[in-house]
Amino acid sequence: MSDPTGRKAVAAVWRIDSARIIGALTRYTGDFALAEDLAQEALAEALVTWPREGVPNNPAGWLLTVGRRRAIDAFRRRSARDEKYAAMAHHLPEGGALTGAEPGPAPDDVLWDPDQIDDDTLALMFTSCHPVLSREAGVALTLRVIGGLTSDEIARAFLVPTATVQARITRAKKTLGAAGVPFEVPPVSERPARLAQVLSVVYLIFTEGSSASSGDEVIRFDLAGEAQRLARILSRLMPEEPEVHSLLALLELTAARFPARRGPDGETVLLQEQDRRRWDRSAIARGRAALAKATDAGRGYGYYGLQAAIAECHALASSVQETNWVRIVALYDGLGRLAPSPVVDLNRAVAVSMAQGPAAALPLVDSLAGSDAFKDSHQLPGVRGELLRRLGRVDEARTALEQAVRLCGNERERAVLARKLAEL
Amino acid sequence: MKFMLIWRVTSDEAWGNLGEIDFDQMLETVGRFNEELINAGVLVAAEGLAPAEEGVVVDFSSEPPVVTDGPYGETKELFNGFYLINVPTIQDAIEWAKRTPMTAAGFKTEIRRVPTIDEFPQDNEWIKKERAWRESTGQL
Repeated sequence: MSDPTGRKAVAAVWRIDSARIIGALTRYTGDFALAEDLAQEALAEALVTWPREGVPNNPAGWLLTVGRRRAIDAFRRRSARDEKYAAMAHHLPEGGALTGAEPGPAPDDVLWDPDQIDDDTLALMFTSCHPVLSREAGVALTLRVIGGLTSDEIARAFLVPTATVQARITRAKKTLGAAGVPFEVPPVSERPARLAQVLSVVYLIFTEGSSASSGDEVIRFDLAGEAQRLARILSRLMPEEPEVHSLLALLELTAARFPARRGPDGETVLLQEQDRRRWDRSAIARGRAALAKATDAGRGYGYYGLQAAIAECHALASSVQETNWVRIVALYDGLGRLAPSPVVDLNRAVAVSMAQGPAAALPLVDSLAGSDAFKDSHQLPGVRGELLRRLGRVDEARTALEQAVRLCGNERERAVLARKLAEL
Repeated sequence: MKFMLIWRVTSDEAWGNLGEIDFDQMLETVGRFNEELINAGVLVAAEGLAPAEEGVVVDFSSEPPVVTDGPYGETKELFNGFYLINVPTIQDAIEWAKRTPMTAAGFKTEIRRVPTIDEFPQDNEWIKKERAWRESTGQL
């Protein structure tokens, strides 16, 4: 494997080990923001040293040792003006080889306690997705700390300048510090709300990755894949939480359709027109297994469970006609009660049209006409046009579809609408 | 991207040393590594093989082929097990391979990319059949 600069090796080690290194350093220093800085410094040092001297035998140990050495330096610097740090610098064990070539591994180090790693990773997740942070900040911090992505990779993935990502991360760390956010897995009383925040950040990473339609996709990091990996990690760390399994199920079942969602010319292929033979059966199997765990918890489905169950209905059906639309309507009912939204109502109306026919669905769609969510959106007239077409009300269907074509900003989706219009 | 990490023991000495390791210790060491792969969300599949002595080789060097009991050729050619992992780049696969447990001089891990069926011509009749088979068995 040619990697003359050694940079790829550093990046790969970082993707594997960033969480445990930052976790250990956070526990060591008691300061998440400082630990993240130290870890980045260690990473920068690896980028200089490894290409010259080769990748050390224990790369994670090397990075941790460098990070800890930098921590001691930092405490000594700060101890000159702050008694708290003076005390810390005094008490910290030096450990490892602080000078010389390769810092040795630290196998017996309390910092590398394998029983602590899971808790640390989980605490990092909860810290990176803390509610005091904006969603964008949570996403950037999670990808950098748990995912081990560089600011460059995150920037490319979100099509923003690297400086923007760096600024977001710096600001996020300041915000966490100012709010005095402790480095811990939140107590049971706060767990549901805090977990919801973590799951929403992972889901946002996934949707950003799965809807990647702009920009040069070749150089974009596989965000959807990374989100799935994060969900898998969470499901291992919090097996007692059904919504964690549900989120993993939703991601697997959604990603299963990726191979079929683009036609030969890169055009979007809608669910009803996808070649279902191209769906990833192993992803479906993994998704169903994860959903079964959520079901087994016996507490009913939550926000992600309901969506995963809907995705499972599609995954199990060999065609649109053979889909269990009655069950999908019921699941949308549940979703609408749990998280009321006009988009859910519209999806439910489409499901009703499949289960009971277009006549039953049309009033539901028309009742959404005044909703702000669909102001200037092509979705409502698009669905309405389709229902009217099925009812044989061709003139009205044409008017609705023309409106949808006019409002649709996505070229590929517009082409689908235009085709429907032409076929009237 | 899927990669197969193929575990090889390439010398009789290394193979001999392996026999001396305490079995419970070996289970724990390998188990911890497996758990690391699972916890990192990258493990797709893994299998280990029974000793090559239990195996049989069909050799096509002559006509008809010759069937012999026991290992295939020299120790250095033996294949003893694999991990299938899903990681972003081959470099990640290399870093995971370096962490393979139960290793010493004479042990090698070969890394090979596993292409997906999407990389083959989709209009080919046999690829279509393979896809149908993969579909029915849940592997793609």
